[in-house]
Amino acid sequence: MSEEKKVIVELNENPEYIINMGPQHPSTHGVLRFEVSLQGEMVKHLIPHCGYVHRGIEKMCESLTYPQVIHLTDRLDYLSAHMNNEAVSLCVENALEIEVPERVKYIRSILSELNRIASHQLWWSAFGMDLGGLTCFFYGLRDREKILDIFEESFGSRLLHSFIVPGGLMHDIHPNFKKGITDFIKYFRKKLPEYNRFLTGNVIFQARTKGLGILSKEDAINYGITGPSGRASGFSCDIRKVEPYSAYPYVDFKEILYNEGDTFYRYVARMDEMVESMNILEQLIDKMPDGNEYTSKMKPVIKLPEGEYYQRVETARGELGVYIVSDGNKTPYRLKLRTPNFSNLFIMNKLASGYKIADLVAISGSLDLVIPDIDR
Amino acid sequence: MEQEQLKEKIIALLPEAEFNVNKQYLDINVPSDKMHAFVKLLKESDDLKLDYLFCLSGVDWKTHFTIVYHLTSTFFGHSLVLKVKTTGRENPEVASVADIYATAEFHEREVYDLMGIKFSDHPDLRRLFLDETFIEGFPLRKDYKDEINIIER
Repeated sequence: MSEEKKVIVELNENPEYIINMGPQHPSTHGVLRFEVSLQGEMVKHLIPHCGYVHRGIEKMCESLTYPQVIHLTDRLDYLSAHMNNEAVSLCVENALEIEVPERVKYIRSILSELNRIASHQLWWSAFGMDLGGLTCFFYGLRDREKILDIFEESFGSRLLHSFIVPGGLMHDIHPNFKKGITDFIKYFRKKLPEYNRFLTGNVIFQARTKGLGILSKEDAINYGITGPSGRASGFSCDIRKVEPYSAYPYVDFKEILYNEGDTFYRYVARMDEMVESMNILEQLIDKMPDGNEYTSKMKPVIKLPEGEYYQRVETARGELGVYIVSDGNKTPYRLKLRTPNFSNLFIMNKLASGYKIADLVAISGSLDLVIPDIDR
Repeated sequence: MEQEQLKEKIIALLPEAEFNVNKQYLDINVPSDKMHAFVKLLKESDDLKLDYLFCLSGVDWKTHFTIVYHLTSTFFGHSLVLKVKTTGRENPEVASVADIYATAEFHEREVYDLMGIKFSDHPDLRRLFLDETFIEGFPLRKDYKDEINIIER
């Protein structure tokens, strides 16, 4: 038997074929590897391999002071930098029993919602591009630029801000801040229907996403799938509602919930969240107190009293938990970060098994994974 | 459910539970041999229904380790913190709860990877972030030494 024939016979006898998707696959948007076993075109089993950008942030935090820790949290989920900063800041403030000024609470929530919109815009761009609509990428980034300009004006940075610090904010916001946001909302409310016309209603897009990768509510709770991905399955997990923080108790908004739980509804949940975020922003801008307070009095060296503190925050991708164990020193004894993407990643095997390999990109895209947040 | 009510129910379920001081959540120590059965009970009992494990972490206390479970109920909204101590530092081992909460499988793998705590009856206990060939110990332990990459302050 010739070599070539031998290979064909072997393939027929053992039809399982293993390929690696990643670590440098364009659709994982970072260094993540899926070990996929295939039978023909169908995915039989999928094993995620992570750790390619493991930086040991939890270990590093143990030798840094609390204000220094803030700068590392930016580097977790770099698309929700404000929310990550806020989580650690709130945890430290709760431990010290410090009440921040009302104005600071409003600014923090405004920043979180702006960040959420920017993050969903980038996700929409990349998701569209993964499925073959390259125009999405230009549309999304064009509008995201407006938010980044607001950020740049106030904080001097576009992605990693480190702006929310224990006790308040790093410095005051730019005088144009409010106007910039009202202009943006006016602009984006006109542009969002364009997104829907372009992608949501597209027949090819719907055929590639509807009824695909269905996640039940029980599985969502069991696997800890939070954020829009969990809420598309009917798991009511919005921390802004469950354990309200900052200025969220003062605003009226609804939690986006769907029961279908497929790839298409995970997409719809995020699109609706952008609209809801704009509603929240409008209310916050109206109610925000005037003045120039941006921080409360803090001691120059922050030492947390002995004990354990936990803070939950809703980022653009789900629930972020910060667990600080303090022994009374200026550095945390142990700092654990429960990141949303870490839990969300491991549902991939369950979602993708039984579907075609071409659907894998749509399913992983709909979970909106950010890899440095998984690896830490 | 108020914390007081929750406390009464916990005492009824597990009389030997020790309560810790915690301003935020109800916080209990559970003996490691009763842990698995107790967690199962917490998830399945009709008036507690603690069905969502939102955080699982390991803490190195130099003489022993503790595994901390943050649980909450998506039906009633109450939360509970469970703590399990390991006996000593040599070969620490705790029963896995991966069969009760699917998310625990990966959180436990992370704790095993970085802290070296074994979880008995875990379906797939391998390193998660670090390479299988990494043999220099467990980085999140307090006695971990790395002269090149960690600067002592």
